Amino acid sequence: MADPDRPDAPKAPDASTSPDAPASSEAPASSGAPASPAQTPPHDPSTIGPERPVAAPVVAERGAPPPPKGVLGFLVRHQAIVVPIVSVVLAFAIGAILIRAQGYNPTYAYRRLFEYAFLTEGGLLSTFQKTTPLILVGLAVAIPLKVGLFNIGGQGQLMAGGIGAAWVAYALRDLPAPLLVLAAVVVAVLFGAMWASIAALLKTTRGVHEVISTIMLNSIAVGIIDWLINGGPLADPAQPFPSSHAVPEGARLLPLGVIPWGLPVALVLAVLVAWMLRRTTLGFELQTVGRNKFAAGYAGISTTKATLLAMLMSGGLAGLAGAFELLQIAPYRYQGGIAGSLGFDGITIALLARGNPLGTIPAAVLVAAMRAGAPTLQFDLGIRPEIVDLLLAITLLMVSLPVIAKWIFRRHAVKQTQLAGSWGA
Amino acid sequence: MTDTSRNPEPTTAAAASTEASGPAYDNDGATTTASGERETLLEITGLSKSFGTVHANKDISLRVDRGEIVALLGENGAGKSTLVKQIFGLMTPDSGTISIKGDASRIKDPKDAIRRGIGMVHQHFQLVPVMTVAENMMLGHETTSGGLLDLDGARQMVRELSAKHKLAVDPDAEVEDLPVGTQQRVEILKALSRRVDLLILDEPTAVLTPQETDELLGVMKELAAGGTSIVFITHKLREVLAAADRCYVLRQGAVVGQVDDLSGTTTSDLASMMVGRDVVLRVDKAEATPGETVLSVKGLQVRDDRGLPAVDGFDLEVRAGEIVGLAGVEGNGQRELVESLAGMRPSAGGTVTLGSGSDTVDLTRSNAHDTNNAGVGHVPEDREKHGIVGGWSIADNLVLNRYDEAPFARGFVRDFGAVRSHAVELREEFDIRSPNVDVPAGSLSGGNKQKVVVAREMSARPRLLMAAQPTRGVDVGSIEFIHRRIVEARDAGAAVLLVSAELDEILSLSDRIAVIHGGRVVAEVAGQDADRTEIGRLMAGDSDAH
Repeated sequence: MADPDRPDAPKAPDASTSPDAPASSEAPASSGAPASPAQTPPHDPSTIGPERPVAAPVVAERGAPPPPKGVLGFLVRHQAIVVPIVSVVLAFAIGAILIRAQGYNPTYAYRRLFEYAFLTEGGLLSTFQKTTPLILVGLAVAIPLKVGLFNIGGQGQLMAGGIGAAWVAYALRDLPAPLLVLAAVVVAVLFGAMWASIAALLKTTRGVHEVISTIMLNSIAVGIIDWLINGGPLADPAQPFPSSHAVPEGARLLPLGVIPWGLPVALVLAVLVAWMLRRTTLGFELQTVGRNKFAAGYAGISTTKATLLAMLMSGGLAGLAGAFELLQIAPYRYQGGIAGSLGFDGITIALLARGNPLGTIPAAVLVAAMRAGAPTLQFDLGIRPEIVDLLLAITLLMVSLPVIAKWIFRRHAVKQTQLAGSWGA
Repeated sequence: MTDTSRNPEPTTAAAASTEASGPAYDNDGATTTASGERETLLEITGLSKSFGTVHANKDISLRVDRGEIVALLGENGAGKSTLVKQIFGLMTPDSGTISIKGDASRIKDPKDAIRRGIGMVHQHFQLVPVMTVAENMMLGHETTSGGLLDLDGARQMVRELSAKHKLAVDPDAEVEDLPVGTQQRVEILKALSRRVDLLILDEPTAVLTPQETDELLGVMKELAAGGTSIVFITHKLREVLAAADRCYVLRQGAVVGQVDDLSGTTTSDLASMMVGRDVVLRVDKAEATPGETVLSVKGLQVRDDRGLPAVDGFDLEVRAGEIVGLAGVEGNGQRELVESLAGMRPSAGGTVTLGSGSDTVDLTRSNAHDTNNAGVGHVPEDREKHGIVGGWSIADNLVLNRYDEAPFARGFVRDFGAVRSHAVELREEFDIRSPNVDVPAGSLSGGNKQKVVVAREMSARPRLLMAAQPTRGVDVGSIEFIHRRIVEARDAGAAVLLVSAELDEILSLSDRIAVIHGGRVVAEVAGQDADRTEIGRLMAGDSDAH
């Protein structure tokens, strides 16, 4: 409800105390006026309305400038969308230079890449198959961000889920297929959650930083699984490479046309997570902890509970991604490279989505398409497919730049800076 | 009646410096003007600054001479901070000039301001908590010897500066272990270490205990006597009269009053200038009609963050329909007591019960959520830290501890309609000045943030309302409003426990006053026959006074 009676109440949130303020301005101290006069359209006096002397300017004393107008203001207000798009465009521009330097035509290369990824049946299926786990691991990073946690362990949690599914699929291979799939999925979720819960418990009981513990747990997962499928109890000795036993044929999730089974599940889960965060009391609790854990304590919201729940949910989602990798993608076995860099792509996706659960969907589709189209570059054009890794790395760097910029401005004691917004917001 | 036990730094430093009473001002070679015709240090003419349609500063002109203490007095939102930020180069004026020692060129940034002899102590300290005082002092202009940090030199510098300015500080103490008042001293020393002619203090007393405030005012006078000019922002009238030579009163961005001779001025003169009307500093309230006991605390023990007993055998009863003021020097267990009663901190012994007879609830072990549900409202001491979530909207903050109750949630799904209409109502009732209820609470001024907290806690109609420092850092207009609300809560039958470092606040609101010292109640007196001096003595731990 806009209140026309209070023209003197500025619309500017004071960024210094509200990290999640939706709109704010560039650093006024470092760059002078946030909006240069050239960008500032003259005020329309008719919108100002009568003066009400009683109400003092509300935030003026704290020095919060209103959102800048003009182009800059637009960019700042819509930074949640602007930053990712600009990041991707810049990454592609830099990638174009690199492709050009190798003597290829970047426009043609990009066109081929996306034509294959979206306009061919095989390419589209591949895109959607890759989209499935990417949405899930993107959510697995996005949820903890809302609680103020940075889950780097999506990779390990996904692997734990995948190996759990492989174990169940072999151990219970005589079950009817639907039951077997269900059991494999449930166990994968539990395994992923369990793997994440180690980091969560270390955090809540011993104060171990989750970034450190999840990175280490990734390596531990790699080691354990290596042993399990390389001569260990889950290994299939008939295979030339370290590998688990194959999922029984009936339990393989073959795609329906170009739609793999996991895609609708991932989409529904993204919507559910968004709804949970936005509309439920649990979402309010999680985000209150993320925004001000002291106030959460005052309000009777348990930081421990929020940390555990967020990590369990994200571990479960990553574990589910592992199950789909196993059940819906040939050769339907757990092999060394099954997880690829999915867990880390999840970080790129969550940051591209700026922590917004629904934003993980387009971000995941983009990354999946790039990954799906990468082989085309090599087969058709001879460009090394690593260019896609490069593009994703540059994108991640660009998405992170505002965070770095904010940090730099903070160092200049300009707390009003809200150039970047926060990851989790 | 300084409580020396609270000063961790060696008293020798202070003692050593006393022999050099009235030393010639010699701040690392800063120009010392001979007495006589006073040099104009800072002159501001026609300064304006607006943010969009808001005029934060309108045509402000003022002058500061060398060795003068000038107070900038005004309500929250009057434009005081904006003004000093421009002097310190954190913001650029839209029009008008700021001339420092006759040099009216633009102040580019804080570095430029420091180079020209301006120092500023921010309201929120810019210290690194895990570093020592000496390390903090050298931060930003580190000196090295042989490629290593010259920490000995920094220690020496701290000792010299603290002796010279009589600001006792232990150079090796870690900042996070120091009381707030001492941290502020470190900030002041840090500013002084850089050849300061004009020291700006942004609400320096907002975080201080009464004793620390008195000490600070003394320090300010010393500095001024030595030739440093001081501009200090405040909204505490008593401090203006106690320390300032001159005073400018700001309201809605403009200078509305200038008092060059404060000797004939009273606090109510200043107050009415500030808010543009006569403020009732004395709260009008009817005689209390206490009912049955609501809060009963027996032998409560609570430990502080370091595990040391902070509340030690605390006994108190608060009855329905009365305001009990808990007076005490800060750091005598009030914070731990309130946090424990609110369920935010476990108790180590004793009992806490709410209600009487068959209606009794044992709160000794309950957490914040259950305590709140049992009917305890709590206005926390540190509203920025505990009271609000800056990133949530005003509406969400108004249900911060009731978000999961009907009608604000049905099951586990929140009802935004109910949250919003609740907020719209409270915004009107509690005069929360904001464009709407959807803006982030972090964008509000201190007074309005506090109104959000008070509105939330009072709208739940608590049986017990605990208000800790309810008007700290709040403008005069809001103080009056919040006080009135507290009395209304009492008249509606709530038991009110008021904890405040402002003795005036305790005296004007309380029906009964309990004095806390060393974590226990040392005396209880009726509100109407409370004597300021006697309570002051009791607060200082002088139990013979009673």
